[in-house]
Amino acid sequence: MEKFDKLTGIAAPMPLINVDTDMIIPKQFLKTIKRTGLGVHLFDEMRYDGEGGEIPDFVLNTPQYRDAEILVAGDNFGCGSSREHAPWALLDFGIRCVIAPSFADIFYNNCFKNGILPIALPQEQVDILMRDAEKGANARMDIDLEAQTITTSDGEVVRFDIDPFRKHCLINGLDDIALTLEKAPAIDAFEARASAARPWV
Amino acid sequence: MSPKTLYDKIWDAHLVDEAEDGSSLLYIDRHLVHEVTSPQAFEGLRMTGRKVRNPQNTIAVPDHNVPTTPDRVDGIKNEESRIQVEALDRNAQDFGVNYYPVSDIRQGIVHIVGPEQGWTLPGMTVVCGDSHTATHGAFGALAHGIGTSEVEHVLATQTLIQQKSKNMKVEITGRLRPGVTAKDITMAVIGATGTAGGTGHVIEYCGEAIRELSMEGRMTVCNMAIEGGARAGLIAPDEKTFAYVQGRPHAPKGAQWEAALAWWKTLYSDPDAHWDKVVTIRGEDIAPLVTWGTSPEDVLPITASVPAPEDFTGGKADAARRALEYMGLTAGQPLSEVEIDTVFIGSCTNGRIEDLRAAAKVLEGKKVKEGLRAMIVPGSGLVRAQAEEEGLADIFTKAGFEWRLAGCSMCLAMNPDQLAPGERCAATSNRNFEGRQGRGGRTHLMSPAMAAAAAVTGRLTDVREMM
Repeated sequence: MEKFDKLTGIAAPMPLINVDTDMIIPKQFLKTIKRTGLGVHLFDEMRYDGEGGEIPDFVLNTPQYRDAEILVAGDNFGCGSSREHAPWALLDFGIRCVIAPSFADIFYNNCFKNGILPIALPQEQVDILMRDAEKGANARMDIDLEAQTITTSDGEVVRFDIDPFRKHCLINGLDDIALTLEKAPAIDAFEARASAARPWV
Repeated sequence: MSPKTLYDKIWDAHLVDEAEDGSSLLYIDRHLVHEVTSPQAFEGLRMTGRKVRNPQNTIAVPDHNVPTTPDRVDGIKNEESRIQVEALDRNAQDFGVNYYPVSDIRQGIVHIVGPEQGWTLPGMTVVCGDSHTATHGAFGALAHGIGTSEVEHVLATQTLIQQKSKNMKVEITGRLRPGVTAKDITMAVIGATGTAGGTGHVIEYCGEAIRELSMEGRMTVCNMAIEGGARAGLIAPDEKTFAYVQGRPHAPKGAQWEAALAWWKTLYSDPDAHWDKVVTIRGEDIAPLVTWGTSPEDVLPITASVPAPEDFTGGKADAARRALEYMGLTAGQPLSEVEIDTVFIGSCTNGRIEDLRAAAKVLEGKKVKEGLRAMIVPGSGLVRAQAEEEGLADIFTKAGFEWRLAGCSMCLAMNPDQLAPGERCAATSNRNFEGRQGRGGRTHLMSPAMAAAAAVTGRLTDVREMM
């Protein structure tokens, strides 16, 4: 997994609530057996018309936001399906950070497994960042995971919270599975206890 | 000992390790796998030379992509779908996990197959790369959806790194009125709390109306816990649960059954347990519901009218405006006058035998409105066989419904069962998102009885008028 420590990038405003994973990556693109190549289909039904032509006023089709690396969105971002294709598509497009008032649980988890930083902030602070994002390509935001800060193009600093374990994994690009396998003796011991207590499992 | 909720008890019984930073390693008893969210996980194992730690507790079945028409015995025509199902065939064989291929009568939607085969038992931890894993919570099992990276993690380690959720109690008091079902309960809860109302929580459903539900109904309720944002939904096991489980192929037997039963009977929330959030709804107040918009929280009684964006505040007003445009509805229009093109009865929410019985009861001796497309997709091959044995299939085909083979089908439209742009569907599934059932398709969620009633009249219909 790619590390995430600092990011300076264009932030695209998407002031919609309940952006679901079907919007982020519709089901017809879940038939892949790979993790890569989904960026072109990100937000497919909002981004392209029925014939595959770009819908010009969709935010990521506008010239100033085509290279966005940050997305600022409404409440409950990533709700719905567990498909990890949603963060894969965001990452493949180039989005490394999503800022919203709240996230759906599974999507939130999935981001961390893919080097994407989801930042949940109170609505008032998201509103400030949304206004900053609306300024276009010259308004670059700075995100510093170590310091847990976002700096707007005007120099305003917004602090954010993050679980320490997830932060550690993201900053170091750690592979969860390797970390857990180091705990194999604890898993073995648990299985021995559990098979005595609940042999029917 | 301090009082505990059911969630606390299951959590504690599965805790492998607790780190100082608050992250916990939780043991997973059952891992369900389907073809869409697993290929990259198995590929990851191959690339790192890792094995499946407990293949005997891993259960795979193809469901999302499989066609539900009889010609599927000749193979899957869509190449990408076929490759994905073939990848699962190969992965199941290479890694030695339990497998129900398309040709097996036990094949079906993963969340229907698990309970049916007795894989899902009270007090277990159950995960699957699918958000509707919450279904299994009906047995008092802690069950939730995970992403593909976590699928790989569970395959390799039989554990999951977790942060503990908060406890939320949803009580449905009293009794349901005639024509009101488990689907209406779960939709009513989401309508009341919103799609983010359960975020960060595990919901335990309780109260007389929940106790009165069959296991099938309880699965319907828990299935949509995720639509309310909850990590999982739970219902404490009781005699109905034990009766459902007993005798199933993978349920414990003999002395093990007795030992299991003794533990299962301790699985309830202690009377003075702490709840972070409590929601109470009177069962008598719930009417047959339908959705009008593009979020599962957009629910209204069938007797209501389409709302106006001005009825909402903040971001929801904009969302409602967008939803009405997408759905092709006008504020003030009575919901019972909304005409439909298609009826879909099935899915992990409502594809069980009781759902088919409810639909058949409405459809007996009636016909699907002319020009309407109507299909029933049983949740598993065994549900299909039982419905045929009970004479339900005859009622459906005589009424003019297509009688399909088992799969996820038009719930998410990954197989050929899809809506055309602008096509309007009365559906018993779980999501009415934009494009969910096909690009531009318009979905109204409801119970099987309500969907059957809509099939007869060709519009959204109050099933109570036909009872």
